[in-house]
Amino acid sequence: MVDTNAVLLGQTIAYTFYVIAILLVMAWFGYQITKKGKGNFVKPVYFYSFVSFLVVLGVSLHFVTHATIPWKPIDLNRDKITPDKVFEINIKDHQFILPEKEMAINKEEMVLFKVTSEDLTYGFGLFRPDNSMIFQMQVVPGHTNDILWKFANPGTFTIRSTEYSGWKGYNMIVKDAVVVK
Amino acid sequence: MSFSDTLMNGAQGLFKHKTLTPMQKLTLRFVVVGLVYYLFAVAEGMLMRMHLVTPGTFMGDKQYFAIMTAHPLVGIFGSSYPIVFGAFLFLVPYLMKKPLWSIKLANWTLWLIAIGTFVFWFAGFLSHYSPLYTLYWPLPADFTQFSVVGGTFFVVGIALVMVGTLFFVLNIFKTIVYKPKGHEQQPKGILTAALGFKKLKNADGTNVVSTPVAAVARGTVDTLLNAGIITFTGVLLLVYMIGSLLGYNLKHSSVDALLYKNWFWWGLDLIADGLVLIYVAGTWYLLATLITGKKLFMEKWARTALLVEMIVSWFVWSHHLMSDQAQPAFLKIFSGEMLTAFELITQGLAFFITLATLWQARPLQMSNPLKFLLGGLLGFALAVPAGIMQADLGLNRILHNTQWIVGPHVHVAILVGLTMTLYSAIYLLLPILTNGAKLYSQKLANFHFWGAPNWRN
Repeated sequence: MVDTNAVLLGQTIAYTFYVIAILLVMAWFGYQITKKGKGNFVKPVYFYSFVSFLVVLGVSLHFVTHATIPWKPIDLNRDKITPDKVFEINIKDHQFILPEKEMAINKEEMVLFKVTSEDLTYGFGLFRPDNSMIFQMQVVPGHTNDILWKFANPGTFTIRSTEYSGWKGYNMIVKDAVVVK
Repeated sequence: MSFSDTLMNGAQGLFKHKTLTPMQKLTLRFVVVGLVYYLFAVAEGMLMRMHLVTPGTFMGDKQYFAIMTAHPLVGIFGSSYPIVFGAFLFLVPYLMKKPLWSIKLANWTLWLIAIGTFVFWFAGFLSHYSPLYTLYWPLPADFTQFSVVGGTFFVVGIALVMVGTLFFVLNIFKTIVYKPKGHEQQPKGILTAALGFKKLKNADGTNVVSTPVAAVARGTVDTLLNAGIITFTGVLLLVYMIGSLLGYNLKHSSVDALLYKNWFWWGLDLIADGLVLIYVAGTWYLLATLITGKKLFMEKWARTALLVEMIVSWFVWSHHLMSDQAQPAFLKIFSGEMLTAFELITQGLAFFITLATLWQARPLQMSNPLKFLLGGLLGFALAVPAGIMQADLGLNRILHNTQWIVGPHVHVAILVGLTMTLYSAIYLLLPILTNGAKLYSQKLANFHFWGAPNWRN
């Protein structure tokens, strides 16, 4: 499965190009409307073309990500997929209670993390040693919070709560909790 | 002229405050309160950054989280609400050529919001009550972390803001429908027309309710719904707080955390994806027509988009729950992804219509209102696509609760999109509100323009 960093990089590049383009368009527009000359009538066809473009863009984005980001269809179909491994994790009083000290996983194995909270709303995120995030989900008390994941690369990863749960949750970090071989 | 003279009488003594009408005074007070709280929110933002650079040097963690909780609430309720409400309480009667329904009620709105903001901010500052603006259940009722007395005052402060907001809603709707003495009878169904469910035309074919007033009316529906949800949630919290003060330990599990998250985000999202987008689009239309003196391009579409935006805003809340695995997949895809994508269309449409209106009126002078309007348009052109990207199940998995959301989406939308639009309106309305006061310094205004977009995002 593709690494989340690769998707993030692609998205960053695409958005950066968009930012540069829109800045240039607005600067050009600002210059043009103050230039000497006469205002031209804007043909409605431009308007309708623009709206059509937005419709196509808005809808197609989700189809494209569904086809290219593997964890999206996996997540939507996780009830139908049998995992290779299941880890049940509990959270209480701002502490992660793990099934084992080091959760060992093989690369490309399908792993299900089932996380429950006994008190507050928390987050469950996995982080690389450079503090970049692999994935995260919310952990809502009284509900099943599960995520199915296939690790693209080996490594040792840290668990952090990715949701604010009061000042006591400031350091909800379990270092090197997941080891992918 | 000394600086204090300028402060009292305006640049070159042109601010004749004794000539101001009660409506002008009221609007200026709203703007001043909004700007003072903007300064508050900015200072809080700087303090948080300083804490993150050197944790513990300037404040402790509890103080930091109290500021983090107050910061967005002061920014929205203390700053944006007064500026927006003040502008609309002035503009709706101005555009409809009749007086405001009740200046007294508008004054109540101003002071309830100003005092309410101070109360919740001060309660957080003193007691470190800090459940964050999201208030995820049962954190706001977790009295092992937070002071119950502090929390009670915090909720009372928010409640005061909401009462002021409800007075604003009442004032706007009543101003649209009422008949002042000496005025002609209002056409039947004027409010329905303002909301977009009926067509009402004058004899010359123009709309009885102008497009900016229609935008205010539609945005105000979301303001009302949002105030209702926040008030309802506040009452629930007060039940737990009063219970705790009386010695009863009410069970947190009595409230379903996911259901709570759904209703609270439904209400909270009516600000971000409802009233802000609708009010902003309406303000763009008004500014573009006032700056150019021309009719709005494709006005029929602009009005339709405002109606669509209002209805869409009631169904998109689930994009805030994309990472909640217990949330039904149908809601994530239909509400979270597909309907949210409509906001790209409606806001893109408003963007195009405003630009086309300006384009058709070339050549224009690059005045302060025009350049801030372009800044506001740019802000939303940057922030809305960023929001659409994060409202995707695949991307949300790696973006949720990261700097992406707070940076390119939230702060660009507010600090560039919303505030630049509001500044454009302030620069435009200043001479009207002050009977011709002169801008103190164009150099400062230029510095304001280039400094305001918050480039660090």
